[in-house]
Amino acid sequence: MQFGIFSVGDVTADPTTGRTPDDTERVRSMLTIARHADEAGLDVFATGEHHNPPFVPSSPTTMLGYLAGVTKNIVLSTSTTLITTNDPVKIAEDYAMLQVIADGRTDLMMGRGNTGPVYPWFGKDIRDGIDLAIENYALLRRLWTEDVVDWAGKFRTPLQGFTSTPRPLDGVAPFVWHGSIRSPEIAEQAAYYGDGFFHNNIFWPMSHTRQMVAYYRRRFEHHGHGRADQAIVGLGGQVFMRRNSQDAVREFRPYFDEAPVYGHGPSLEDFAAQTPLTVGSPQQVIDRYGAMRESVGDYQRQLFLMDHAGLPLKTVLEQIDILAEEVVPVLRRDAEAARPAHVPSGPPSHADLVARARGDVPTAASPEPAVPDGVDAEALR
Amino acid sequence: MSASVDATPRRVVVVSAGLGKPSSTRMLADRLSAAVVAGLGDLGVAAEVETVELRDLAHPVVDAMLTGFASGELARVVDAISRADAVVAVSPVFTASYSGLFKSFVDVLDPDALTGVPVLLGATGGTARHSLALDHAFRPLFAYLRADVATTAVFAATDDWATGQDGVRDDVRPLGERISRAGRELARTVAARAPREVNDPFGDAPSFESLLG
Repeated sequence: MQFGIFSVGDVTADPTTGRTPDDTERVRSMLTIARHADEAGLDVFATGEHHNPPFVPSSPTTMLGYLAGVTKNIVLSTSTTLITTNDPVKIAEDYAMLQVIADGRTDLMMGRGNTGPVYPWFGKDIRDGIDLAIENYALLRRLWTEDVVDWAGKFRTPLQGFTSTPRPLDGVAPFVWHGSIRSPEIAEQAAYYGDGFFHNNIFWPMSHTRQMVAYYRRRFEHHGHGRADQAIVGLGGQVFMRRNSQDAVREFRPYFDEAPVYGHGPSLEDFAAQTPLTVGSPQQVIDRYGAMRESVGDYQRQLFLMDHAGLPLKTVLEQIDILAEEVVPVLRRDAEAARPAHVPSGPPSHADLVARARGDVPTAASPEPAVPDGVDAEALR
Repeated sequence: MSASVDATPRRVVVVSAGLGKPSSTRMLADRLSAAVVAGLGDLGVAAEVETVELRDLAHPVVDAMLTGFASGELARVVDAISRADAVVAVSPVFTASYSGLFKSFVDVLDPDALTGVPVLLGATGGTARHSLALDHAFRPLFAYLRADVATTAVFAATDDWATGQDGVRDDVRPLGERISRAGRELARTVAARAPREVNDPFGDAPSFESLLG
Protein backbone atom coordinates (compact mmCIF):
# COMPACT_ATOMS: atom_id res chain seq x y z
CA MET A 1 0.00 0.00 0.00
CA GLN A 2 1.21 3.47 -0.84
CA PHE A 3 1.25 6.40 1.55
CA GLY A 4 1.94 9.95 0.56
CA ILE A 5 0.92 13.56 0.68
CA PHE A 6 -1.13 15.80 -1.55
CA SER A 7 -0.99 19.56 -1.67
CA VAL A 8 -3.57 22.13 -2.62
CA GLY A 9 -0.85 24.77 -2.80
CA ASP A 10 -2.82 27.44 -0.97
CA VAL A 11 -1.19 30.69 0.06
CA THR A 12 -2.68 31.32 3.48
CA ALA A 13 -1.59 33.62 6.29
CA ASP A 14 -0.25 31.85 9.35
CA PRO A 15 -2.99 32.80 11.84
CA THR A 16 -0.56 32.64 14.75
CA THR A 17 1.82 35.22 13.27
CA GLY A 18 -0.22 36.98 10.59
CA ARG A 19 2.59 36.33 8.12
CA THR A 20 1.68 35.38 4.53
CA PRO A 21 4.28 33.84 2.22
CA ASP A 22 4.48 35.22 -1.31
CA ASP A 23 3.88 32.98 -4.31
CA THR A 24 7.56 32.33 -4.88
CA GLU A 25 8.10 31.25 -1.30
CA ARG A 26 5.05 28.99 -1.44
CA VAL A 27 6.17 27.28 -4.64
CA ARG A 28 9.63 26.71 -3.14
CA SER A 29 8.02 25.34 0.03
CA MET A 30 6.12 22.83 -2.05
CA LEU A 31 9.38 21.70 -3.66
CA THR A 32 11.04 21.38 -0.25
CA ILE A 33 8.07 19.43 1.07
CA ALA A 34 8.11 17.01 -1.86
CA ARG A 35 11.87 16.43 -1.56
CA HIS A 36 11.51 15.91 2.16
CA ALA A 37 8.70 13.41 1.63
CA ASP A 38 10.96 11.48 -0.74
CA GLU A 39 13.86 11.49 1.72
CA ALA A 40 11.54 10.45 4.56
CA GLY A 41 10.44 7.44 2.53
CA LEU A 42 6.88 8.36 1.66
CA ASP A 43 5.58 6.81 -1.55
CA VAL A 44 3.69 9.62 -3.29
CA PHE A 45 3.72 13.38 -3.73
CA ALA A 46 0.75 14.85 -5.58
CA THR A 47 0.12 18.47 -6.42
CA GLY A 48 -3.17 20.12 -7.19
CA GLU A 49 -3.78 22.27 -10.25
CA HIS A 50 -5.35 25.67 -9.78
CA HIS A 51 -5.74 28.78 -11.87
CA ASN A 52 -6.80 31.31 -9.29
CA PRO A 53 -5.31 32.86 -6.17
CA PRO A 54 -4.69 32.00 -3.39
CA PHE A 55 -3.38 28.82 -5.05
CA VAL A 56 0.03 28.68 -6.74
CA PRO A 57 0.32 25.33 -8.55
CA SER A 58 -0.92 26.28 -12.02
CA SER A 59 1.72 24.29 -13.88
CA PRO A 60 2.05 20.82 -12.34
CA THR A 61 4.32 19.20 -14.92
CA THR A 62 6.88 22.01 -14.57
CA MET A 63 6.97 21.37 -10.84
CA LEU A 64 6.89 17.57 -11.10
CA GLY A 65 9.49 17.58 -13.86
CA TYR A 66 11.91 19.41 -11.57
CA LEU A 67 11.05 17.07 -8.73
CA ALA A 68 11.69 14.07 -10.96
CA GLY A 69 15.28 15.28 -11.22
CA VAL A 70 15.88 15.88 -7.53
CA THR A 71 13.99 12.98 -5.93
CA LYS A 72 14.81 9.27 -5.97
CA ASN A 73 11.89 7.02 -5.22
CA ILE A 74 8.72 8.96 -4.67
CA VAL A 75 5.90 8.64 -7.21
CA LEU A 76 5.00 12.06 -8.62
CA SER A 77 1.32 12.58 -9.19
CA THR A 78 -1.47 15.14 -9.34
CA SER A 79 -4.53 15.89 -7.27
CA THR A 80 -5.98 16.73 -9.66
CA THR A 81 -5.23 17.41 -13.33
CA LEU A 82 -8.11 19.35 -14.81
CA ILE A 83 -9.50 17.14 -17.55
CA THR A 84 -12.25 19.69 -18.23
CA THR A 85 -10.48 22.96 -18.91
CA ASN A 86 -7.11 21.68 -20.13
CA ASP A 87 -6.74 20.66 -23.74
CA PRO A 88 -6.47 16.86 -23.69
CA VAL A 89 -3.79 17.11 -26.37
CA LYS A 90 -1.65 19.22 -24.04
CA ILE A 91 -2.26 16.81 -21.15
CA ALA A 92 -1.17 13.91 -23.38
CA GLU A 93 2.02 15.75 -24.36
CA ASP A 94 2.88 17.18 -20.94
CA TYR A 95 2.36 14.00 -18.95
CA ALA A 96 4.07 11.75 -21.50
CA MET A 97 7.02 14.15 -21.31
CA LEU A 98 6.91 13.99 -17.52
CA GLN A 99 6.66 10.22 -17.61
CA VAL A 100 9.76 9.98 -19.81
CA ILE A 101 11.72 12.48 -17.72
CA ALA A 102 10.70 10.75 -14.46
CA ASP A 103 11.49 7.36 -16.00
CA GLY A 104 8.00 6.14 -15.23
CA ARG A 105 7.92 7.33 -11.62
CA THR A 106 4.66 9.17 -12.19
CA ASP A 107 0.93 8.79 -12.50
CA LEU A 108 -1.88 11.33 -12.54
CA MET A 109 -5.38 11.94 -11.30
CA MET A 110 -8.15 13.44 -13.38
CA GLY A 111 -10.52 15.92 -11.81
CA ARG A 112 -13.09 18.38 -13.03
CA GLY A 113 -12.35 21.41 -10.87
CA ASN A 114 -15.07 23.17 -8.94
CA THR A 115 -14.15 26.82 -9.39
CA GLY A 116 -16.83 28.30 -11.62
CA PRO A 117 -14.87 31.13 -13.32
CA VAL A 118 -11.97 28.84 -14.31
CA TYR A 119 -14.20 27.29 -16.94
CA PRO A 120 -14.99 30.49 -18.85
CA TRP A 121 -11.39 31.67 -18.44
CA PHE A 122 -10.43 28.60 -20.46
CA GLY A 123 -13.35 28.91 -22.85
CA LYS A 124 -15.50 26.24 -21.24
CA ASP A 125 -18.80 26.02 -19.35
CA ILE A 126 -18.99 24.37 -15.91
CA ARG A 127 -22.37 22.93 -16.85
CA ASP A 128 -20.53 20.78 -19.38
CA GLY A 129 -18.20 19.47 -16.65
CA ILE A 130 -19.13 15.80 -16.87
CA ASP A 131 -19.34 15.81 -20.66
CA LEU A 132 -15.94 17.49 -20.89
CA ALA A 133 -14.43 14.93 -18.55
CA ILE A 134 -15.84 12.06 -20.60
CA GLU A 135 -14.92 13.34 -24.05
CA ASN A 136 -11.52 14.76 -23.16
CA TYR A 137 -10.41 11.65 -21.35
CA ALA A 138 -11.54 9.38 -24.17
CA LEU A 139 -9.36 11.45 -26.51
CA LEU A 140 -6.45 11.53 -24.06
CA ARG A 141 -6.36 7.73 -23.92
CA ARG A 142 -6.35 7.48 -27.68
CA LEU A 143 -3.50 9.98 -27.93
CA TRP A 144 -1.44 7.79 -25.60
CA THR A 145 -2.36 4.41 -27.06
CA GLU A 146 -2.60 5.17 -30.81
CA ASP A 147 0.33 6.57 -32.76
CA VAL A 148 -1.80 8.44 -35.27
CA VAL A 149 -5.16 9.82 -34.27
CA ASP A 150 -8.06 11.04 -36.39
CA TRP A 151 -10.62 12.52 -34.07
CA ALA A 152 -13.65 14.80 -34.01
CA GLY A 153 -15.72 15.72 -30.97
CA LYS A 154 -17.80 18.41 -29.41
CA PHE A 155 -15.34 20.43 -27.37
CA ARG A 156 -12.10 20.87 -29.32
CA THR A 157 -11.01 21.34 -32.88
CA PRO A 158 -10.81 18.07 -34.83
CA LEU A 159 -7.54 16.21 -35.31
CA GLN A 160 -6.43 14.64 -38.56
CA GLY A 161 -3.29 12.54 -38.61
CA PHE A 162 -2.15 13.84 -35.24
CA THR A 163 0.63 12.18 -33.26
CA SER A 164 1.21 13.21 -29.66
CA THR A 165 4.88 13.26 -28.75
CA PRO A 166 6.85 12.08 -26.96
CA ARG A 167 5.24 8.66 -27.20
CA PRO A 168 4.67 7.25 -23.70
CA LEU A 169 7.62 5.55 -22.02
CA ASP A 170 7.96 1.95 -23.22
CA GLY A 171 4.74 2.44 -25.17
CA VAL A 172 2.69 2.36 -21.98
CA ALA A 173 0.50 5.24 -20.80
CA PRO A 174 0.88 6.44 -17.22
CA PHE A 175 -1.58 5.00 -14.72
CA VAL A 176 -4.62 7.24 -14.27
CA TRP A 177 -6.85 7.89 -11.30
CA HIS A 178 -10.17 9.66 -11.44
CA GLY A 179 -11.05 11.84 -8.48
CA SER A 180 -14.59 12.76 -7.62
CA ILE A 181 -16.39 13.61 -4.43
CA ARG A 182 -19.97 13.00 -5.40
CA SER A 183 -20.47 12.29 -9.10
CA PRO A 184 -21.31 8.65 -9.78
CA GLU A 185 -20.55 9.34 -13.47
CA ILE A 186 -16.86 9.75 -12.65
CA ALA A 187 -16.77 6.59 -10.53
CA GLU A 188 -18.40 4.92 -13.53
CA GLN A 189 -15.74 6.36 -15.84
CA ALA A 190 -12.92 5.04 -13.64
CA ALA A 191 -14.61 1.64 -13.49
CA TYR A 192 -15.19 1.49 -17.23
CA TYR A 193 -11.53 1.98 -18.05
CA GLY A 194 -10.26 -0.09 -15.14
CA ASP A 195 -8.50 3.04 -13.87
CA GLY A 196 -8.08 4.00 -10.22
CA PHE A 197 -10.72 5.88 -8.25
CA PHE A 198 -9.70 8.42 -5.65
CA HIS A 199 -12.02 9.96 -3.10
CA ASN A 200 -10.81 13.21 -1.58
CA ASN A 201 -12.60 12.12 1.58
CA ILE A 202 -11.29 14.89 3.82
CA PHE A 203 -14.25 17.24 3.80
CA TRP A 204 -16.91 14.56 3.79
CA PRO A 205 -18.44 12.10 6.20
CA MET A 206 -17.16 8.56 5.77
CA SER A 207 -20.66 7.28 4.97
CA HIS A 208 -20.53 9.24 1.74
CA THR A 209 -17.04 8.08 0.77
CA ARG A 210 -18.03 4.49 1.46
CA GLN A 211 -21.02 4.78 -0.91
CA MET A 212 -18.94 6.20 -3.76
CA VAL A 213 -16.17 3.64 -3.41
CA ALA A 214 -18.64 0.75 -3.19
CA TYR A 215 -20.28 1.97 -6.38
CA TYR A 216 -16.93 2.20 -8.19
CA ARG A 217 -16.00 -1.29 -7.05
CA ARG A 218 -19.31 -2.76 -8.27
CA ARG A 219 -18.92 -1.10 -11.65
CA PHE A 220 -15.25 -2.13 -11.94
CA GLU A 221 -16.34 -5.72 -11.66
CA HIS A 222 -19.28 -5.14 -14.00
CA HIS A 223 -16.93 -3.85 -16.68
CA GLY A 224 -14.81 -6.95 -16.41
CA HIS A 225 -11.57 -5.68 -14.95
CA GLY A 226 -11.49 -8.07 -12.03
CA ARG A 227 -13.33 -8.59 -8.81
CA ALA A 228 -14.78 -5.62 -6.99
CA ASP A 229 -12.20 -5.98 -4.23
CA GLN A 230 -9.41 -5.77 -6.81
CA ALA A 231 -10.39 -2.28 -7.97
CA ILE A 232 -7.77 0.40 -7.36
CA VAL A 233 -8.91 2.78 -4.64
CA GLY A 234 -7.26 5.84 -3.13
CA LEU A 235 -8.37 8.04 -0.27
CA GLY A 236 -7.47 11.47 0.99
CA GLY A 237 -6.86 12.16 4.63
CA GLN A 238 -5.95 14.95 6.97
CA VAL A 239 -3.98 14.71 10.19
CA PHE A 240 -1.99 16.77 12.62
CA MET A 241 0.17 14.95 15.11
CA ARG A 242 2.21 15.52 18.23
CA ARG A 243 3.46 12.93 20.67
CA ASN A 244 0.93 14.21 23.19
CA SER A 245 -2.53 14.54 21.68
CA GLN A 246 -3.37 17.63 23.76
CA ASP A 247 -0.36 19.39 22.26
CA ALA A 248 -1.55 18.50 18.77
CA VAL A 249 -4.98 19.95 19.42
CA ARG A 250 -3.62 23.11 21.01
CA GLU A 251 -1.15 23.73 18.19
CA PHE A 252 -3.49 22.93 15.31
CA ARG A 253 -6.63 24.67 16.59
CA PRO A 254 -5.79 28.21 15.37
CA TYR A 255 -5.01 26.82 11.91
CA PHE A 256 -8.25 24.87 11.91
CA ASP A 257 -10.32 27.79 13.13
CA GLU A 258 -9.01 30.08 10.37
CA ALA A 259 -8.67 27.47 7.61
CA PRO A 260 -9.95 28.61 4.21
CA VAL A 261 -12.25 25.64 3.65
CA TYR A 262 -13.95 24.99 6.96
CA GLY A 263 -12.78 27.81 9.24
CA HIS A 264 -15.34 29.64 11.35
CA GLY A 265 -17.69 26.69 10.92
CA PRO A 266 -17.89 23.60 13.09
CA SER A 267 -15.54 23.13 16.02
CA LEU A 268 -12.36 21.14 15.50
CA GLU A 269 -13.85 18.40 17.69
CA ASP A 270 -17.09 18.21 15.67
CA PHE A 271 -15.30 18.28 12.33
CA ALA A 272 -12.86 15.61 13.48
CA ALA A 273 -15.80 13.44 14.50
CA GLN A 274 -17.63 13.99 11.21
CA THR A 275 -14.72 13.68 8.77
CA PRO A 276 -11.40 11.79 8.69
CA LEU A 277 -9.56 14.78 10.17
CA THR A 278 -7.51 13.39 13.04
CA VAL A 279 -5.66 15.70 15.41
CA GLY A 280 -3.78 13.88 18.10
CA SER A 281 -1.04 11.35 18.74
CA PRO A 282 0.48 9.13 16.04
CA GLN A 283 -1.35 6.21 17.63
CA GLN A 284 -4.70 7.98 17.17
CA VAL A 285 -3.89 8.45 13.49
CA ILE A 286 -2.91 4.79 13.20
CA ASP A 287 -6.19 3.74 14.83
CA ARG A 288 -8.33 6.00 12.65
CA TYR A 289 -6.68 5.31 9.29
CA GLY A 290 -6.05 1.65 10.02
CA ALA A 291 -9.82 1.32 10.25
CA MET A 292 -10.53 2.97 6.87
CA ARG A 293 -10.35 -0.41 5.16
CA GLU A 294 -13.40 -1.43 7.16
CA SER A 295 -15.36 1.24 5.30
CA VAL A 296 -13.93 1.05 1.79
CA GLY A 297 -12.20 -2.32 1.64
CA ASP A 298 -8.49 -2.94 1.16
CA TYR A 299 -7.22 0.05 -0.77
CA GLN A 300 -4.04 0.97 -2.52
CA ARG A 301 -3.18 4.59 -1.82
CA GLN A 302 -3.62 6.91 1.14
CA LEU A 303 -2.68 10.57 0.68
CA PHE A 304 -2.56 13.11 3.48
CA LEU A 305 -3.11 16.84 3.28
CA MET A 306 -0.33 18.35 5.38
CA ASP A 307 0.74 21.74 4.02
CA HIS A 308 -2.27 23.98 4.18
CA ALA A 309 -4.08 26.61 6.21
CA GLY A 310 -0.89 28.60 6.77
CA LEU A 311 1.06 25.93 8.64
CA PRO A 312 4.74 26.93 8.65
CA LEU A 313 7.14 24.94 6.49
CA LYS A 314 9.09 23.73 9.52
CA THR A 315 5.92 22.30 11.06
CA VAL A 316 4.94 20.59 7.81
CA LEU A 317 8.35 18.92 7.56
CA GLU A 318 8.02 17.71 11.16
CA GLN A 319 4.59 16.30 10.33
CA ILE A 320 6.05 14.43 7.36
CA ASP A 321 8.72 12.94 9.64
CA ILE A 322 6.17 11.78 12.20
CA LEU A 323 4.02 10.34 9.44
CA ALA A 324 6.90 8.52 7.78
CA GLU A 325 8.60 7.28 10.96
CA GLU A 326 5.79 6.48 13.34
CA VAL A 327 2.57 6.08 11.39
CA VAL A 328 3.19 4.71 7.91
CA PRO A 329 5.32 1.69 8.93
CA VAL A 330 2.54 0.49 11.23
CA LEU A 331 -0.28 1.22 8.79
CA ARG A 332 1.65 -0.49 6.00
CA ARG A 333 2.40 -3.56 8.08
CA ASP A 334 -1.21 -3.88 9.22
CA ALA A 335 -2.60 -3.29 5.72
CA GLU A 336 -0.31 -5.92 4.26
CA ALA A 337 -1.24 -8.41 6.98
CA ALA A 338 -4.95 -7.86 6.38
CA ARG A 339 -4.91 -7.79 2.59
CA PRO A 340 -6.00 -10.98 0.81
CA ALA A 341 -3.43 -12.25 -1.69
CA HIS A 342 -5.62 -11.59 -4.75
CA VAL A 343 -6.01 -7.87 -3.91
CA PRO A 344 -3.29 -5.62 -5.36
CA SER A 345 -1.08 -4.10 -2.72
CA GLY A 346 -0.66 -0.82 -4.58
CA PRO A 347 -1.69 0.76 -7.86
CA PRO A 348 0.23 -0.60 -10.85
CA SER A 349 3.71 0.87 -11.23
CA HIS A 350 5.20 1.64 -14.62
CA ALA A 351 7.03 -1.69 -14.53
CA ASP A 352 3.76 -3.48 -13.77
CA LEU A 353 2.05 -1.78 -16.69
CA VAL A 354 4.88 -2.67 -19.04
CA ALA A 355 4.82 -6.29 -17.92
CA ARG A 356 1.09 -6.37 -18.35
CA ALA A 357 1.28 -4.85 -21.83
CA ARG A 358 3.76 -7.56 -22.81
CA GLY A 359 1.47 -10.20 -21.40
CA ASP A 360 4.08 -11.29 -18.84
CA VAL A 361 1.67 -11.34 -15.93
CA PRO A 362 -1.93 -12.29 -15.45
CA THR A 363 -4.01 -9.18 -15.05
CA ALA A 364 -6.18 -8.31 -12.13
CA ALA A 365 -7.03 -5.03 -13.76
CA SER A 366 -6.61 -4.98 -17.51
CA PRO A 367 -5.62 -1.56 -18.83
CA GLU A 368 -7.93 -2.01 -21.80
CA PRO A 369 -11.63 -1.44 -21.26
CA ALA A 370 -13.77 -4.49 -21.57
CA VAL A 371 -16.42 -3.90 -24.16
CA PRO A 372 -19.86 -4.87 -22.94
CA ASP A 373 -21.97 -7.26 -24.95
CA GLY A 374 -23.92 -5.69 -27.75
CA VAL A 375 -21.79 -2.58 -27.92
CA ASP A 376 -19.73 -1.85 -30.99
CA ALA A 377 -16.16 -1.49 -29.78
CA GLU A 378 -15.28 0.98 -32.50
CA ALA A 379 -18.23 3.17 -31.61
CA LEU A 380 -16.75 3.64 -28.17
CA ARG A 381 -13.39 4.81 -29.39
CA MET B 1 -65.32 11.92 1.71
CA SER B 2 -63.84 8.83 0.19
CA ALA B 3 -63.72 5.82 2.44
CA SER B 4 -61.01 4.07 0.48
CA VAL B 5 -58.19 2.89 2.68
CA ASP B 6 -54.62 3.43 1.55
CA ALA B 7 -52.35 1.08 3.40
CA THR B 8 -49.19 3.11 2.98
CA PRO B 9 -48.85 5.95 5.44
CA ARG B 10 -47.63 9.19 3.91
CA ARG B 11 -44.64 10.90 5.43
CA VAL B 12 -45.29 14.52 6.34
CA VAL B 13 -42.38 16.66 7.48
CA VAL B 14 -43.29 19.88 9.25
CA VAL B 15 -40.62 22.56 9.38
CA SER B 16 -40.98 25.39 11.88
CA ALA B 17 -38.53 28.28 11.76
CA GLY B 18 -39.82 30.03 14.87
CA LEU B 19 -37.12 31.26 17.19
CA GLY B 20 -39.03 31.71 20.43
CA LYS B 21 -39.98 28.99 22.87
CA PRO B 22 -42.93 28.86 22.91
CA SER B 23 -43.30 30.14 19.39
CA SER B 24 -46.39 31.26 17.52
CA THR B 25 -44.76 29.88 14.37
CA ARG B 26 -44.61 26.46 16.00
CA MET B 27 -48.24 26.87 17.10
CA LEU B 28 -49.25 27.53 13.50
CA ALA B 29 -47.09 24.64 12.29
CA ASP B 30 -48.78 22.27 14.73
CA ARG B 31 -52.26 23.46 13.73
CA LEU B 32 -51.44 23.04 10.03
CA SER B 33 -49.93 19.64 10.70
CA ALA B 34 -53.06 18.50 12.55
CA ALA B 35 -55.24 19.81 9.72
CA VAL B 36 -53.24 17.85 7.14
CA VAL B 37 -53.45 14.66 9.20
CA ALA B 38 -57.21 15.19 9.65
CA GLY B 39 -57.63 15.87 5.94
CA LEU B 40 -55.71 12.70 5.04
CA GLY B 41 -57.72 10.77 7.61
CA ASP B 42 -60.93 11.89 5.94
CA LEU B 43 -59.57 10.42 2.73
CA GLY B 44 -58.64 7.16 4.40
CA VAL B 45 -54.92 7.83 4.27
CA ALA B 46 -52.66 7.42 7.28
CA ALA B 47 -49.89 9.90 7.96
CA GLU B 48 -46.59 9.84 9.81
CA VAL B 49 -45.66 13.32 10.94
CA GLU B 50 -42.20 14.52 11.87
CA THR B 51 -41.91 18.07 13.13
CA VAL B 52 -38.59 19.84 12.88
CA GLU B 53 -37.65 22.94 14.85
CA LEU B 54 -35.00 24.77 12.87
CA ARG B 55 -33.86 26.57 16.01
CA ASP B 56 -32.36 23.30 17.21
CA LEU B 57 -30.49 22.96 13.93
CA ALA B 58 -29.30 26.56 13.60
CA HIS B 59 -25.61 25.85 14.23
CA PRO B 60 -25.49 22.71 12.06
CA VAL B 61 -27.19 24.68 9.25
CA VAL B 62 -24.44 27.31 9.32
CA ASP B 63 -21.79 24.59 9.58
CA ALA B 64 -23.25 22.89 6.53
CA MET B 65 -23.11 26.14 4.57
CA LEU B 66 -19.42 26.48 5.47
CA THR B 67 -18.29 22.87 5.09
CA GLY B 68 -20.54 21.83 2.21
CA PHE B 69 -22.09 18.84 3.94
CA ALA B 70 -24.82 18.30 6.50
CA SER B 71 -23.94 16.15 9.47
CA GLY B 72 -25.63 14.42 12.36
CA GLU B 73 -29.23 15.36 13.09
CA LEU B 74 -29.30 17.88 10.24
CA ALA B 75 -28.24 15.19 7.77
CA ARG B 76 -31.09 13.02 9.05
CA VAL B 77 -33.61 15.86 8.63
CA VAL B 78 -32.35 16.69 5.14
CA ASP B 79 -32.77 13.04 4.26
CA ALA B 80 -36.27 12.98 5.76
CA ILE B 81 -37.27 15.91 3.55
CA SER B 82 -35.94 14.21 0.46
CA ARG B 83 -38.17 11.23 1.30
CA ALA B 84 -41.25 13.21 2.40
CA ASP B 85 -44.62 12.84 0.69
CA ALA B 86 -45.54 16.32 1.87
CA VAL B 87 -43.87 19.23 3.61
CA VAL B 88 -45.43 21.90 5.78
CA ALA B 89 -43.07 24.88 5.92
CA VAL B 90 -43.69 27.71 8.35
CA SER B 91 -41.53 30.74 9.04
CA PRO B 92 -41.96 34.00 10.84
CA VAL B 93 -41.84 37.03 8.57
CA PHE B 94 -38.64 38.91 9.31
CA THR B 95 -37.85 42.11 7.40
CA ALA B 96 -40.42 41.54 4.66
CA SER B 97 -39.55 37.87 4.03
CA TYR B 98 -38.96 34.41 5.51
CA SER B 99 -36.34 34.34 8.21
CA GLY B 100 -32.67 33.95 7.35
CA LEU B 101 -32.54 30.64 9.20
CA PHE B 102 -35.47 29.35 7.15
CA LYS B 103 -33.77 30.30 3.88
CA SER B 104 -30.42 28.90 5.02
CA PHE B 105 -32.08 25.60 5.80
CA VAL B 106 -33.69 25.54 2.37
CA ASP B 107 -30.28 26.32 0.87
CA VAL B 108 -28.82 23.24 2.54
CA LEU B 109 -31.44 20.95 0.97
CA ASP B 110 -30.61 19.09 -2.20
CA PRO B 111 -31.86 21.24 -5.10
CA ASP B 112 -34.17 18.41 -6.17
CA ALA B 113 -35.39 17.49 -2.69
CA LEU B 114 -38.74 19.22 -3.13
CA THR B 115 -39.29 18.74 -6.85
CA GLY B 116 -42.95 17.84 -7.30
CA VAL B 117 -43.51 17.52 -3.56
CA PRO B 118 -46.77 18.92 -2.17
CA VAL B 119 -45.92 21.82 0.13
CA LEU B 120 -48.12 23.85 2.43
CA LEU B 121 -46.79 27.27 3.37
CA GLY B 122 -47.43 29.16 6.55
CA ALA B 123 -46.12 32.40 8.01
CA THR B 124 -46.51 34.39 11.16
CA GLY B 125 -46.11 38.09 11.82
CA GLY B 126 -47.11 40.91 14.05
CA THR B 127 -49.88 42.23 11.84
CA ALA B 128 -51.77 41.11 8.76
CA ARG B 129 -49.92 43.80 6.78
CA HIS B 130 -47.10 41.25 6.35
CA SER B 131 -49.33 38.56 4.92
CA LEU B 132 -48.37 39.08 1.28
CA ALA B 133 -44.84 37.93 2.15
CA LEU B 134 -46.27 34.45 1.54
CA ASP B 135 -47.01 35.28 -2.07
CA HIS B 136 -44.13 37.64 -2.80
CA ALA B 137 -41.31 35.76 -1.05
CA PHE B 138 -42.27 32.21 -0.02
CA ARG B 139 -44.01 31.15 -3.22
CA PRO B 140 -41.23 32.16 -5.64
CA LEU B 141 -38.70 30.29 -3.48
CA PHE B 142 -40.71 27.10 -3.65
CA ALA B 143 -41.58 27.64 -7.30
CA TYR B 144 -37.84 27.71 -7.99
CA LEU B 145 -37.53 24.39 -6.18
CA ARG B 146 -40.39 23.05 -8.36
CA ALA B 147 -42.47 22.17 -5.31
CA ASP B 148 -46.20 21.62 -5.76
CA VAL B 149 -47.36 24.45 -3.48
CA ALA B 150 -50.92 24.33 -2.14
CA THR B 151 -53.13 27.17 -3.35
CA THR B 152 -53.99 28.19 0.17
CA ALA B 153 -51.13 29.43 2.31
CA VAL B 154 -51.86 30.49 5.85
CA PHE B 155 -50.73 33.68 7.53
CA ALA B 156 -51.28 34.07 11.24
CA ALA B 157 -50.99 37.60 12.65
CA THR B 158 -50.84 38.12 16.39
CA ASP B 159 -54.46 39.17 16.35
CA ASP B 160 -55.55 35.93 14.70
CA TRP B 161 -54.72 34.02 17.87
CA ALA B 162 -57.48 36.00 19.60
CA THR B 163 -59.97 34.66 17.12
CA GLY B 164 -61.75 31.43 17.86
CA GLN B 165 -63.22 28.95 15.44
CA ASP B 166 -66.41 30.99 15.62
CA GLY B 167 -64.61 34.05 14.33
CA VAL B 168 -65.03 36.67 16.97
CA ARG B 169 -62.80 39.15 15.19
CA ASP B 170 -62.39 37.90 11.60
CA ASP B 171 -65.78 36.44 10.92
CA VAL B 172 -65.12 36.19 7.17
CA ARG B 173 -62.07 33.92 7.24
CA PRO B 174 -61.06 33.05 10.78
CA LEU B 175 -57.65 31.41 11.26
CA GLY B 176 -59.09 28.03 12.15
CA GLU B 177 -61.11 27.90 8.97
CA ARG B 178 -58.15 28.88 6.82
CA ILE B 179 -56.04 26.20 8.49
CA SER B 180 -58.66 23.53 7.87
CA ARG B 181 -59.03 24.53 4.27
CA ALA B 182 -55.26 24.47 3.71
CA GLY B 183 -55.01 21.07 5.39
CA ARG B 184 -57.76 19.65 3.19
CA GLU B 185 -56.12 21.00 0.05
CA LEU B 186 -52.74 19.52 0.84
CA ALA B 187 -54.32 16.23 1.89
CA ARG B 188 -56.19 15.93 -1.40
CA THR B 189 -53.00 16.47 -3.37
CA VAL B 190 -51.05 13.97 -1.29
CA ALA B 191 -53.79 11.33 -1.33
CA ALA B 192 -54.15 11.59 -5.10
CA ARG B 193 -50.62 10.42 -5.74
CA ALA B 194 -48.63 7.31 -4.99
CA PRO B 195 -46.22 7.33 -2.07
CA ARG B 196 -42.97 8.98 -3.02
CA GLU B 197 -40.27 6.78 -4.42
CA VAL B 198 -36.85 7.81 -3.29
CA ASN B 199 -34.17 8.09 -5.92
CA ASP B 200 -30.95 6.24 -5.37
CA PRO B 201 -28.28 8.48 -6.92
CA PHE B 202 -26.19 5.42 -7.63
CA GLY B 203 -29.13 3.44 -8.95
CA ASP B 204 -29.84 6.19 -11.48
CA ALA B 205 -26.24 6.69 -12.56
CA PRO B 206 -25.93 6.35 -16.32
CA SER B 207 -23.90 3.54 -17.79
CA PHE B 208 -20.68 4.59 -19.43
CA GLU B 209 -21.94 3.68 -22.87
CA SER B 210 -24.66 6.32 -22.55
CA LEU B 211 -22.16 8.83 -21.17
CA LEU B 212 -19.94 8.38 -24.21
CA GLY B 213 -22.97 9.24 -26.33
